[in-house]
Amino acid sequence: MNINIPTPLRSYTGGRETVSIPGATVSAVFRELTVKYPELKQHLFTPEGKLRSFVNVYLNDDDIRYLESKEETAVKDSDELTIIPSIAGGSHL
Amino acid sequence: MPAAIEETVLPKLSNDEIARYSRHLILPEVGMEGQQKLKAAKVLCVGTGGLGAPLALYLAAAGVGTIGLVDFDTVDASNLQRQIIHSTATVGKLKVDSAEIMLKGLNPYLNVVKHNTMLTSANAMEILKDYDVIADGTDNFQTRYLVNDACVLLNKPNAYGSIFRFEGQASVFGTKEGPCYRCLYPEPPPPGLVPSCAEGGVLGILPGLVGVIQATETIKLILGIGDPLIGRLLLVDALGMSFRTLKLRKNPDCPVCGTHPTVTELIDYDQFCGIAPPTETGPLEIARDKAVGDLPVVDGIPQISVQELKKKLDAKEDVFVLDVREPHEYQIVNLGAPLIPLGEIAQRASELADKKHSEIVVHCKSGARSQKAAMALKQAGFTNVSNLTGGILAWADNIDPALPKY
Repeated sequence: MNINIPTPLRSYTGGRETVSIPGATVSAVFRELTVKYPELKQHLFTPEGKLRSFVNVYLNDDDIRYLESKEETAVKDSDELTIIPSIAGGSHL
Repeated sequence: MPAAIEETVLPKLSNDEIARYSRHLILPEVGMEGQQKLKAAKVLCVGTGGLGAPLALYLAAAGVGTIGLVDFDTVDASNLQRQIIHSTATVGKLKVDSAEIMLKGLNPYLNVVKHNTMLTSANAMEILKDYDVIADGTDNFQTRYLVNDACVLLNKPNAYGSIFRFEGQASVFGTKEGPCYRCLYPEPPPPGLVPSCAEGGVLGILPGLVGVIQATETIKLILGIGDPLIGRLLLVDALGMSFRTLKLRKNPDCPVCGTHPTVTELIDYDQFCGIAPPTETGPLEIARDKAVGDLPVVDGIPQISVQELKKKLDAKEDVFVLDVREPHEYQIVNLGAPLIPLGEIAQRASELADKKHSEIVVHCKSGARSQKAAMALKQAGFTNVSNLTGGILAWADNIDPALPKY
């Protein structure tokens, strides 16, 4: 399935804004993602392996935090994951 | 949907105002009553920079009666790449004064209230309380959480917009039924983990796009028309010119807007965001990625001034200067030092293996990235690494004014 990589993290995916990663659930896809692009790991996950709280993950249009099975939600190849980090640029930027 | 303005007696419009706003008046969705609601409305623009500039201008054009401006800063030439409310003639002026000139020039009926201050926990409630809608155009996490919390506590809608390089986000937080910023991001990123925009740059037009989206949302809230972005996050990708909407849910456990709030007054947002409080009165924003201050040693790395470095180089001391900026910055200006970008230091430290015990002075643009690089080198076993405080900007200021600053 496709994962949309936000601008601040693209330097860790060789500049790619979309990457294609296989997996049966959201968490499986993320595991594969961090195997393929290891530098992403510390930006997305805490040392304990939990998704960092200032990073949001959407499965299609839904925030995975509000899906019944959260990260264990099953995914199809046609689904899309989008990673949305906190950004604060505004007035001075 | 409930409008942001209460239905009290609405101000009359003069013949001149009717002529001015005719294109609004002939829209059924606005009409006389809508235009009067705009005139009665008070909107606070937090920040008069990239986002605040187009936002305030369009609100003024639309006939919003009172616009409050919060900004402590002065106009700098580098602002003019995107902050279209300022001009070459106002460089050096206080931003609130500069903004007022263009706003009043566009619409003399406007009442401009200037708050030439930094928004803090001590003053936010007092400043925000008299406005109907708050438009958040700030550039740092502390203020975003501050504005969010104050809006929820005061029950004021918050037309939120933020940008980074080529992407933007917009939403409306702070309404009773909708989510707030903390529902989306319960915690800020630790300082330094998300690259700072000052280091990343921004396409000048992007805040123009997002700022006008914020103005649009503000006007919809005032008039009570359309579907404001309550419960939705609009993602703007300027390079792909794509707009996506994601669903935002109100978090029932949200500490500020949930069913059992634990945050019932404003907190210390520096602490919340993990920022050391500034040691002098100065812009809060700099604290996050500032060049380290005048201390001789910071986090185990000796700090060296540009004057000291110049002395060493003139005395032909065996000093190795390392530049850790990006290649495109090197093209703008450089000191002739070899370049290893900060992001590559870990992999490429081996290239400097013969200098493990030599004196190395690391520099970047202003001293923040070079500090990180110096620490990385120290970790990799280099024993004599210093950080050039102020970076190449300080060199241009103090040693070689012929160098361009960027």
